[in-house]
Amino acid sequence: MQRRSTVASVLARPAGKVGFSLLLVTLALAILAPVIVHTDPLALSEATLSPPTQVHWMGTDALGRDLLSGVAHGGRASLLIASAVVVIALTCGSLVGLVAGYRGGFVDDSLSRMIELFQVMPRLFLVAIVIALFGPGVDRLVLTLGLTSWPVLARVVRSEVLATRTGEFVVAAEALGASHSYIAFRVLLPNILPSVLVMIGLLFGQVLLTEASLGFLGLGDPNTLSWGLLVGESQGFLRVAWWLAVFPGLAITAAILAFNLLADALSSALGGR
Amino acid sequence: MTRWYVLRRVLQVIPTVLGIGLVAFMLIHLAPGDPVMALAGEHGDAAYYAFMRERFGLNEPLPRQLLTFLTRILHGDFGFSYVQGRSTLVVILERLPATALLGGAAIVISLIVSVPLGVVAARRPDSARDTGISTLALALFSAPAFWLAQMAILVFALALPIFPVQGMTTAGARSTGFGHVLDVARHLALPALALAAREIAMLVRLTRSGLIDELARDHIRTARAKGVGELSVLVRHAFPRALVPALTVVATRVGQLIAGAAVVEVVFGWPGIGRLLLTALQTRDTPILLGLFIVISSSVVVVNLMTDLIHATIDPRIRLL
Repeated sequence: MQRRSTVASVLARPAGKVGFSLLLVTLALAILAPVIVHTDPLALSEATLSPPTQVHWMGTDALGRDLLSGVAHGGRASLLIASAVVVIALTCGSLVGLVAGYRGGFVDDSLSRMIELFQVMPRLFLVAIVIALFGPGVDRLVLTLGLTSWPVLARVVRSEVLATRTGEFVVAAEALGASHSYIAFRVLLPNILPSVLVMIGLLFGQVLLTEASLGFLGLGDPNTLSWGLLVGESQGFLRVAWWLAVFPGLAITAAILAFNLLADALSSALGGR
Repeated sequence: MTRWYVLRRVLQVIPTVLGIGLVAFMLIHLAPGDPVMALAGEHGDAAYYAFMRERFGLNEPLPRQLLTFLTRILHGDFGFSYVQGRSTLVVILERLPATALLGGAAIVISLIVSVPLGVVAARRPDSARDTGISTLALALFSAPAFWLAQMAILVFALALPIFPVQGMTTAGARSTGFGHVLDVARHLALPALALAAREIAMLVRLTRSGLIDELARDHIRTARAKGVGELSVLVRHAFPRALVPALTVVATRVGQLIAGAAVVEVVFGWPGIGRLLLTALQTRDTPILLGLFIVISSSVVVVNLMTDLIHATIDPRIRLL
């Protein structure tokens, strides 16, 4: 009942409406890419570096590949990578945050140092080392991004746990003899879920941004067509083919904006600002 | 009391710095192939590899190697770039000023632009003006820096040739003194703006929400009841307190700012660490990459430490934590 009203309240806000529609369009384009766009994103054609025309709505690249098809198919990889990273970050972040906030004392101190360590490590430069030492690949990209994205989440979960753990319902559960894991996962976790959801939205945006930046620097997987790869190829043609830079970047911005708008609407629906 | 806080906070730096070294060490040893390749890069000869193996104690047991590695790092010795033929630290330090200039300019621009916008938005929450500013801020926050940089080049350098497309100075121009400053400033404008965009967006939102909270407080109501003018209420009573969280966020974003600068540098051919990162990647110059990782994470640690200490002097409550 209460959950439904939160969803309704998010969708009632302009930010929620726009964010939700943008997300739907992005997801539809990515999921239905092979159905909607008939051109193979890797198929070469005679029309090299063609500006947007009726045939190629977003133009073509130096090898005559259709950019619209590239943007649609690239979105699949980018969104998949982002989802995998968010899952890793979510698992690590909630676990560390819950344990640190709930146990307190020495455990909290050590975990807080660990959170700080992972937070100061510059993601971009870490990925650069990993790619240089291990070679390019989606698996290591996802793992590195996931393992460096959880600290923010852990911080939020920890402070939320610290704020709720003295609540009467927690004391009641303790009085009833509930185990530590029961209290952590069944009592505390549901209560901090809303703020975690807001963070997930922001995290999605952040990861999409990082993936694109890494692709731009040529640190993505050269064999996976993603938004990052597309923008990485655009830089060399900036003077001659503006469309190569404009459209993939626009798609990335729209997707990130969708997640940020949803996070925004959710957090104001929950009473924040 | 204060002394204890400072000591405790400074001591907390040690495990973090050692942790950074440990992560680098683990990566070197987990990487496929000989660790000496990671430490020395791919372009050395047998004698050089033997030298590096000796220097980093690679024939000794692992714990011993870790100790050697951490000691070298603490001495600022990140090895030698075989490609560049110079010490890694020298190469990195040579590039840092350009990045610092770009990042510093972005911070200054973002503070100058965002604070007034945040104040205007917070004056009447949910008015048309507020909604406009907030939406624009969110859109700016969502756009990748390299894309904004490319768009800035397309519009303000190629379509309307107001600003130069590439570099830090005009090629061939040997201007000195004020002319040189002006030349650099012209080259700096677009990259600094592109980098500042995300910071502006974030600071506008922070100033706005901070001010809205602050304006609802009792001391503001008292000031208004006393007949203090609206401008004075904003500027003298609410604003200083709303500024503290904004400054904290600027400080905690140093790491992201450097990463953003690296990407923007590549678009504009700005001769900072971003370009260095790219060349090091292309030439597989791993000592430079390791050095960059360690230098940048350590600077983030130092900036965080300074922010906390400055905070503690401003706000005595923090010292008691």
